[in-house]
Amino acid sequence: MQSFDYEAPQGISEVIQLLAGKNGGARILAGGTDLLVQLREGRRNARLVIDVKNIPELTQITFDPKNGLRIGAATSCSQICSDPNVSEHFPGLVDAIHLIGGVQIQNRASVGGNLCNASPAADAIPALIVHEAVCHITGLNGTRTLPVEEFCVAPGKNALESGEFLTSISIPTTKERFGAGYLRFIPRNEMDIAVVGAGASVVLDSDRKRFVSARIALGAVAPTPLLASDAGAFLAGKAVTRENVKEAARMAQAVAKPITDLRGTAEHRKHLCAVLVERALDKAIERAGGHYAE
Amino acid sequence: MQSKTHVTATINSEEVEFLCEPRQSLLEVLRETLGLMGAKEGCNNGNCGACSVILDGRLVNSCLVLAVEIQGRNLTTIEGIATPEGLHPLQQKFIEHAALQCGYCTPGFIVASKALLDQNPEPSEHEVRAWLAGNLCRCTGYDRIVKAVLDAADTPL
Ligand SMILES: Cc1cc2nc3c(=O)[nH]c(=O)nc-3n(C[C@H](O)[C@H](O)[C@H](O)COP(=O)(O)OP(=O)(O)OC[C@H]3O[C@@H](n4cnc5c(N)ncnc54)[C@H](O)[C@@H]3O)c2cc1C
Ligand code: FES
Ligand code: FES
Repeated sequence: MQSFDYEAPQGISEVIQLLAGKNGGARILAGGTDLLVQLREGRRNARLVIDVKNIPELTQITFDPKNGLRIGAATSCSQICSDPNVSEHFPGLVDAIHLIGGVQIQNRASVGGNLCNASPAADAIPALIVHEAVCHITGLNGTRTLPVEEFCVAPGKNALESGEFLTSISIPTTKERFGAGYLRFIPRNEMDIAVVGAGASVVLDSDRKRFVSARIALGAVAPTPLLASDAGAFLAGKAVTRENVKEAARMAQAVAKPITDLRGTAEHRKHLCAVLVERALDKAIERAGGHYAE
Repeated sequence: MQSKTHVTATINSEEVEFLCEPRQSLLEVLRETLGLMGAKEGCNNGNCGACSVILDGRLVNSCLVLAVEIQGRNLTTIEGIATPEGLHPLQQKFIEHAALQCGYCTPGFIVASKALLDQNPEPSEHEVRAWLAGNLCRCTGYDRIVKAVLDAADTPL
């Protein structure tokens, strides 16, 4: 592997100084499950690697019913999946995060790393999008926030400016009669990268017979994870029927622009979009306590 | 050449000091600096689990950890699984069930299985299979490995 310096600061301000001092030559290390592979293969370079796992704010999960969930960017997948508040209030998020790698990877990989690596197939991202998650970013010029759907800008490229890094991700408290789900297609049961991934969330009305709102997001079918806003908006105010759900799935399928690669053909991916979005909506509706009208 | 960093850690219950470059993986340092050759390099990219070790109670791939990251931490490798009194039950059961052929994957499977039994002494067959999804074996077809782990566990067979 290429040579670099290593720092493991205890606080956010030190990270800002270290990033600024290296003028783009520094990289953040969370779980290293993407970064160390990329450095080894020469796909990315670093003169300085900044390990952020000793910074309390980056490795904590906090939840309160008013302000919602805040996940430190370097929190590991296993930490998130075993957090009682996350599993109780955000099972749709657990769907996605639990899929990332096997036990060894789960114990290291972070949700911030999944996001910052900006893979079109990253499993956590569509789930975060349907939960209306927000990125909290810090740099020399202060802090800013960005909705997750605006964070990835191209394969492997995120919206962070030089000198900035991700400190945490927040998710608003879920409304009453909210449900979300994520699933992906892979050719085996475990340990593979999504051919297509689909996330959905819904809010149902008091009778649980109509959608108040819905969000649908897709992975691995475009250069970045995709929010299918029209498909979600279509469901608002509509009855919970198979026909409406199928129509929303078709609309989501229409905005997908997949490519053919070693994991699947564009045609197969297109087909999967409709199937997976429908199933993701099924899960979301079920978790919201809804059921289909006959 | 990059200057070396001094690292102190507890490895298999002993305090160990070593010098390494920041770019060196824990796997590389275990094998090449510390002479602990049990953890194997299968893929060097996190897919095969042959390099599995237990870091502060958590199962990780040592090829995806920098050696400098273990400063002040507690590490168990395959060399720390048996006791002076004898083999660990997992090691004994792997032999009894012939759960290995070439043996290259075995240290990783035993360390991974130990991490499972430490937190779940009576796993179901499904739990064993799901837990070991991050470990690859090219020889055995997995069945004997799963049987050995279930036999070593308190799970009624
Ligand atoms: C065997 C294996 C299986 C995998 N399976 C899956 C899978 O099923 N689904 C999936 O989506 N991914 C999978 N991955 C990819 C990877 O594990 C995930 O993307 C993981 O979430 C990355 O997190 P990390 O903490 O390891 O990131 P790192 O490798 O530490 O970082 C990734 C990138 O983000 C940057 N970065 C990290 N944190 C920050 C921050 N706070 N601010 C700014 N930049 C930051 C790093 O500099 C680096 O460029 C797999 C990887 C392996 C090796
Ligand atoms: S060598 Fe580390 S996972 Fe294969
Ligand atoms: S026994 Fe040969 S790889 Fe598992």
